[in-house]
Amino acid sequence: MVRLERVGITGRGLVVALPYLWLLLFFVVPFIIVLKISFSDVALAIPPYKPLLEWVGKNSLAIKVNFDNYAFLFTDSLYLHAFANSLKVAFLSTLACLLIGYPMAYGIARAKPSVRNVLLLLVILPFWTSLLLRVYAWIGLLKANGVINNILMSLGVIHEPLTMLYTPFAMYVGIVYSYLPFLILPLYANLEKMDWQLLEAAEDLGCRPWQAFYKITLPLSRNGILAGSMLVFIPAVGEFVIPALLGGPNALMIGRVLWDEFFANRAWPVASAVAILLLILLVPFMMWYQSVQARESAGAR
Amino acid sequence: MNYRSSFFILSCIALGFAFLYVPILSMVVFSFNASKLVTVWDAANSPTLKWYYSLLNNEEILDAAWISLKVAVINASGSVILGTLAGFGLARFRQFRGRFTLNAMTTAPLVMPEVITGLSLLLLFVALEQLIGWPAGRGITTMTIAHMTFSMAYVTVIINSRLSSFDTALEEAAMDLGARPVKVFFVITLPIIFPAILSGWLLAFTLSWDDLVISSFTSGPGSSTLPMVVFSKVRLGVSPEINVLATLTLTVVTAMIVGVSLWMARRARLDQAAA
Repeated sequence: MVRLERVGITGRGLVVALPYLWLLLFFVVPFIIVLKISFSDVALAIPPYKPLLEWVGKNSLAIKVNFDNYAFLFTDSLYLHAFANSLKVAFLSTLACLLIGYPMAYGIARAKPSVRNVLLLLVILPFWTSLLLRVYAWIGLLKANGVINNILMSLGVIHEPLTMLYTPFAMYVGIVYSYLPFLILPLYANLEKMDWQLLEAAEDLGCRPWQAFYKITLPLSRNGILAGSMLVFIPAVGEFVIPALLGGPNALMIGRVLWDEFFANRAWPVASAVAILLLILLVPFMMWYQSVQARESAGAR
Repeated sequence: MNYRSSFFILSCIALGFAFLYVPILSMVVFSFNASKLVTVWDAANSPTLKWYYSLLNNEEILDAAWISLKVAVINASGSVILGTLAGFGLARFRQFRGRFTLNAMTTAPLVMPEVITGLSLLLLFVALEQLIGWPAGRGITTMTIAHMTFSMAYVTVIINSRLSSFDTALEEAAMDLGARPVKVFFVITLPIIFPAILSGWLLAFTLSWDDLVISSFTSGPGSSTLPMVVFSKVRLGVSPEINVLATLTLTVVTAMIVGVSLWMARRARLDQAAA
């Protein structure tokens, strides 16, 4: 050990070195490669792109940086449209999750400890069950001869089945449904630490319940709201499975465009350029999430 | 403190849980439906277990489940080791070079859209194969590496928050008595964080077992996982066998979660009684 320390290697260093190097190789380096390939030409080869560095003649190495893929993304309105639509869908879904999830998290945090644990378990359970299977469940509920239409028709509310599957509505339902636990859990963790006596004090001083909520609970749960919203918003922007299964052919989401460019068109450089733009779009939100998390855990200590 | 909630909050909770559970329960109910139309209840011949037999005789699904199981077990074990090391480092070493980077690298995968992670890992594997000839082709190995990369981030968060919530007095006492750091870790720290390690293992297993997008990018011919097979079936519409699969998954998950939480509650009570 002593000899190792002399060359700057300590026991502590060894503990963090393994995960550090793993993430460096399999998380950071891949992004550099994506960046590189986003600047290369499409080629009919395996792999389907041309190298950036090429030997020209005997002794000179040429770098060929190709901005065509990015130019292409900005000239074809499909891509900008898909980016804008993904942001819109993610934003509205986050809002819907917040409207449904906030009262739930609040209610769970204020329940008796024994009831609270059962309710928490019920929020966590869907999270552990395959996302794919839970999205699939909505196909059975929403399709033309599905459960909802059958019930409404047998009750006589409607006479023709409603078209719900393969519409934007189905996609929103799927996203809100799948991501709801991600919003409830951090929000609950935040609300659980709240000092409820503040509310009682406010009410004693003549505050109406909704006023007390607006002036005390809401500001105090700000970090929980932000953390939960980011956990829904960021992955939802790049969501693939839900629009592919519930959204129908017109559901233009950027994650789906990337998938199709890669698998259907084998346009790896274009897919890489889409990934880089998506990343640039999301990094500010990721950093925001990280600073909120840091504040939350600093507050807990 | 009074635990009374208003009528508004109670109805929000009731409706919210109905929203979360009606789709899941509908799959369970229709898994016993005899009709091939899946969502039209065939009252004359239901309930029936015929789709259960047909699922258990479906070679394609069973093969895919076997591949998923192998990947998930290796992934869970590997990411628990990596995640525990990272979580321990972040929670116990206040200052070290690369702390900020390590923290960022273990938070980012939690929110990174899967299509980006999947694409970037595939391009890495292709580039590595060109450069050093490894990994030769794609399959179980590349999928497992990809899964470990995002699963270990979740394990790190679990271990880190568990370690941050218990104080270092026991560890320090052991050190004062002359135990070496490695011994302290295995004799004191590990038993205390064991529930967190178990949760981490189960979570990593589930993440891998359920993953579709990253697997699709990093798998090769002949290594289709269960979600990949399910996805291609579901794209063509509903299938009674998928309802059965969902019911079986739900049963296992429920049993596991209830079992683990009962065990942890008992452990917490015993700890309290001992203290």
